[in-house]
Amino acid sequence: MKKITIEPVSRLEGEGKIEIFLNEEGDVVEAFFQVVELRGFEKFCEGRPVEEMPRITPRICGICPGAHHMASTKAMDAIFDVKPPAVATKIRELFYCAHILSSHILHFYFLAAPDFIVGSAADPANRNILGVIEAVGLDIGKKVIIARKYAQEIQKIIGGKATHPVFGLPGGVSKPLLEEERKQIEEMARFLVEFSKFSLELFDNLIFSKKEIADLITGDIYRHETYYMGMVDKDNRVNFYDGDIRVVNQEGKEVAKFKPKQYLDYIEERVEPWSYLKFPYLKSVGWRGLVDGKESGVYRVNSLARLNVADGMATPFAQEAYGKMFHILGEKPSHATLAFNWARLVEVMYAAERLLELATNGEITRKEVRIIPQGIVGEGLGCVEAPRGTLFHHYWADQEGIMTKVNLIVATGQNNAGICMSIKKAAQRLIKKGEVNQGLLNMVEMAFRAYDPCLACATHTLPGEMPLQINLRDLHGNLIKKLSR
Amino acid sequence: MKLKLAVGLGSTCSGCDIAILDLAEKVLDLVEAAEIVFWPTAMDFKLKEFERFGEREIDLGLYHGTVRTSQQKQMAHLLREKSKALMAFGSCACFGGIPGLCNLTSKEEIFRAVYKDTPSTVNPDFITPQTEVRVGDFVLTLPELQEDGKALPLVVDVDYSLPGCPPAVELIEKLLLHLLLMQEGELPPKGTVIASDKTLCDECPLDRENKSISRIVRVHELIPDPKTCLLEQGILCMGPATRGGCGASCIKALMPCRGCMGPPPGVKDQGARMIAAIASILAVSDEKELPEEEIVRLVNGIKDPVGTFYRFTLPVALLNKKMREDK
Repeated sequence: MKKITIEPVSRLEGEGKIEIFLNEEGDVVEAFFQVVELRGFEKFCEGRPVEEMPRITPRICGICPGAHHMASTKAMDAIFDVKPPAVATKIRELFYCAHILSSHILHFYFLAAPDFIVGSAADPANRNILGVIEAVGLDIGKKVIIARKYAQEIQKIIGGKATHPVFGLPGGVSKPLLEEERKQIEEMARFLVEFSKFSLELFDNLIFSKKEIADLITGDIYRHETYYMGMVDKDNRVNFYDGDIRVVNQEGKEVAKFKPKQYLDYIEERVEPWSYLKFPYLKSVGWRGLVDGKESGVYRVNSLARLNVADGMATPFAQEAYGKMFHILGEKPSHATLAFNWARLVEVMYAAERLLELATNGEITRKEVRIIPQGIVGEGLGCVEAPRGTLFHHYWADQEGIMTKVNLIVATGQNNAGICMSIKKAAQRLIKKGEVNQGLLNMVEMAFRAYDPCLACATHTLPGEMPLQINLRDLHGNLIKKLSR
Repeated sequence: MKLKLAVGLGSTCSGCDIAILDLAEKVLDLVEAAEIVFWPTAMDFKLKEFERFGEREIDLGLYHGTVRTSQQKQMAHLLREKSKALMAFGSCACFGGIPGLCNLTSKEEIFRAVYKDTPSTVNPDFITPQTEVRVGDFVLTLPELQEDGKALPLVVDVDYSLPGCPPAVELIEKLLLHLLLMQEGELPPKGTVIASDKTLCDECPLDRENKSISRIVRVHELIPDPKTCLLEQGILCMGPATRGGCGASCIKALMPCRGCMGPPPGVKDQGARMIAAIASILAVSDEKELPEEEIVRLVNGIKDPVGTFYRFTLPVALLNKKMREDK
């Protein structure tokens, strides 16, 4: 038997690698996605003052620090039993829309687009953001850079820093929004709305219009029928900042809807000795291993999952894009893993529209942005939709407000099983009789990349080629063949 | 000639990579000045690729993240060997950073919390990740987690540092200027820190009156006056014990400094400096001495001194481990 190692693949919660095992015939028998690091925030947050948690936990992830900051801030609201003033909630959501935009834009253009626009089997030296810019023109490239810059800048204006923001406090935010800041944000939001429309058109014109890509997206290589989980507002529309958690089954039927603080009744986690990352699953269904279908408790989160569980989007252009996407995909829920990329653009549209709505809200510059908490309850749950999926921060503290226990369920953890399954299926379909080339391996990676658990690739594509080395090894680890891009 | 630049990773959140991307249009200047021969990828690939490079063939190596696993340590050594100059990039590499708080606990305790005690985990047999495990016919390996998180200078010789969590874009722009000079053969002196040479207080926009404080309040307990020094309002702010250069971005959001830029020049232990700073504003209460019980009351207002004074610098602190009693 042979072993193929794809390393690196991930950077979200540390590092990851893909191991693919081939039998004597050169066909794929098994594939594993391993997370190879653990930092232990759950433990070393104990002993810290609760109110410092929103400044500590963003360091879990530098790609979605805003999500950890927000979940942590909401957990503090709960633990101090304080409800922020309406304007503070709006400011938080405004910040959060910009956060989603920044993360999604980075993923789509820097990471996913090279595969679809430059080509999944194209020369790896061109399969990067520079290749995308070459294909679509420098003007569009500049637009992308500006859009991402604006999304970062809005977070900085509100949060103090774009990466590792500091403004969240129990009962509100640290400072009101000034009128001149609001004007700046409004201007940037207008640009982002136009940019989002443009991005959806670009997806239509340059990606889905190509038959081979459309076939790939809707085909079987990247398909898994699982449960889906995501946050919805009171009308069952997608919401990133607040709402109930809804779970639908493989046919789109609602099987659970609960308050985030009830998550322990619905989610359990399994430990495997070969990964530092746990495997959450639906408690009511149970763990049946890395398989899809109704009998398996495996569920997925992230963009497509959110759209699958919702009945629609809360803003007009996003709603239109939502309807169009499901119409073209021909099913709802969609089980097409590559459509996570498309769903991400529908969400970009929503986040931009909502951003503009909030930036032009007459109350957003009101000064009453904080309420001082009066007591401490001792336990609190904070939940948001991180760019990559539902994020739970659950804290316990003593009467002094010192942390005694922490539980974190992060987005990529919840997609851990899905990622493993997607890689295995793609590898089995694509690698036959030991036939391995970089184009095929990249197509295996596309299964992984759709979940957006990755920065390494995103940053790597910027300066030049995306380096990747694949080692074919026998089971004893002896190197048989080396492939590198 | 373009410089050769490599980026090596430790235990990191990747916020440092994002900080580089936040150069936005100026990333093109970076690519102009330097050929980036490596940027965050996995260790296996890098180790192999690095074999192609001779000793000191790379002009500048940047390392970000805490050194925690065996792989990350190996990476630090290789990057050192292959680079003419090595820079600790970001607070984790410079001082250990927030992941360095793991030194307050142990691997065993972390495993127990994550893989057993968390309420969503179902693991009656207490299965934990193994460095080598057989799954059916297949052998899978994981790198070993070390007990301690370390700052880069505790592992290899470091030439330069650029602190910040993440580093401010303005400082990375300064690094770009250095790169242009390096192209001309002008290397900054060893030990150069790309940041301010003063404390954060020197660049703080808030007004300080050098008055003493009568109580210490936690951030959630007080809505501060937006124009007055936070420390003088009783909110613990690490400004006096922290190097400037970050643009005081947290303070501009009306939140106190937590010290991510590390100690100011000439100071080895950031926490000790902060304790001295607090002592000075507690003691000079309107020029009369405070009664002892009053001092005790004030000091008791400081919750979690280790996690506050050493939030980013525990691995390089003079006392950097939790005391344990032998059982």
